[in-house]
Amino acid sequence: MALLSKKDANLILDPLADNNPITIQVLGICSALAITAELKASVVMAISVIFVLGVGNVVISLLRNIIPSKIRIIVQLIVVATLVIVVDQVLKAFAYELSKTLAVFVGLIITNCIIMGRFEAFALGNGPWRSFLDGIGNALGYGVILIIVGFFRELLGSGTLFGMPVLGDPIAKTGLYATGYENNGFMIIPPAALIVVGIIIWVQRSRNKALIEEA
Amino acid sequence: MLEHLELFFKSIFIDNMVFAVFLGMCSYLAVSKKVSTAVGLGAAVIFVLAVTVPLNWLLDQYLLRDGALVWLGPEYADYNLSFLSFILFIATIATMVQLVEIVVEKFSPSLYNSLGIFLPLIAVNCAILGGSLFMQAREIPSLGLAFNYGVSSGIGWFLAILAIAAIREKIRYSNVPAPLRGLGITFIITGLMGIGFQSFGGMLTGDNEPPEPTENNAAELTPEKELEKEMEEDEKTVSYNEVVNK
Repeated sequence: MALLSKKDANLILDPLADNNPITIQVLGICSALAITAELKASVVMAISVIFVLGVGNVVISLLRNIIPSKIRIIVQLIVVATLVIVVDQVLKAFAYELSKTLAVFVGLIITNCIIMGRFEAFALGNGPWRSFLDGIGNALGYGVILIIVGFFRELLGSGTLFGMPVLGDPIAKTGLYATGYENNGFMIIPPAALIVVGIIIWVQRSRNKALIEEA
Repeated sequence: MLEHLELFFKSIFIDNMVFAVFLGMCSYLAVSKKVSTAVGLGAAVIFVLAVTVPLNWLLDQYLLRDGALVWLGPEYADYNLSFLSFILFIATIATMVQLVEIVVEKFSPSLYNSLGIFLPLIAVNCAILGGSLFMQAREIPSLGLAFNYGVSSGIGWFLAILAIAAIREKIRYSNVPAPLRGLGITFIITGLMGIGFQSFGGMLTGDNEPPEPTENNAAELTPEKELEKEMEEDEKTVSYNEVVNK
């Protein structure tokens, strides 16, 4: 990490685990859960949020001395909305099928609490470079959870990863299915995402007792 | 009339904002520690959805969708401005929230005192933008239905936050494993409630469209869970009544 000072590196590393936006700060859960039934959609969503939060944080940070504080929410919303339109148009142009799966959830990046939260809490008070690192770090922390949830839901629910069968063929009964293994249809339905995130929180807090909430 | 009724029940139970599409989860988790605040936020969400969804429906119909500008003259028929919908919808929502806040403060100070602090929060609540985006994606055909959709999805969200707040008040007396306390157990309870709500999926599939395969899975999975849910719900009503009586 010669490129970054220790303080800057922490901006990226902290949100990955001990200050994770989803499991600790409880931000950005809305869009995180609905699209995690497939790993591919999770990865694309994570990349979109990394782009929007990274660029958005820089823009807000550059404008931070110009924006009157009374209308800053509107300004922030306009910046996010513009970036999200860019993401949406790119997805529609290069990955049309996927943009159908993600549907309105691309639009919902606008109201993703992580983005407004980081703008308010960090970009308005820090320089562009640090804001950029903070944005990337938080979006990565968000993406990591998304990908973990997507991985387990797709693997256990459909026996595939990125749409490729990895456990054998459920109809021809090859691979793991020959031993009587069945796909768990429960993992595909929406509520499973909540339970998977609940278990991730459980595991994380059991490993790091400092994160446990007061009763 | 029948389609109004169908949309109403569908948006409250089957496509419930929280349990089926996870909208507004951030405020759902953050403001559900007490029933009284949950009721305030829930009411504000119903109110704002009822205003913004029809408004955005008008915008979509007469400004944004493919060929919507035809009322300006035949030469405008080719315009398709739908790529602007995110920015216009969010601008409408932010403005409306501000406007509603000012109007409510002026005419009903008591309502303002109960809703007031929640209104600014709502501008960035995904349930509100989600309501408008789903309205657009599902191509709701009339203004009346759009209003209906706004109100009923608001009610669905209200029910969800009320239920979780009541359960969280109760769960304080239970011995939850320490790492699950607070956030973790709330996630898992919401998941269980979501499974319960999945069983409503069969409610309206009687007529023309065949039931989707996912709903079949859900129906197989749910009977026991639904019982649990019903018990939870009974508990909830009781504790809610207690709170109200106090």
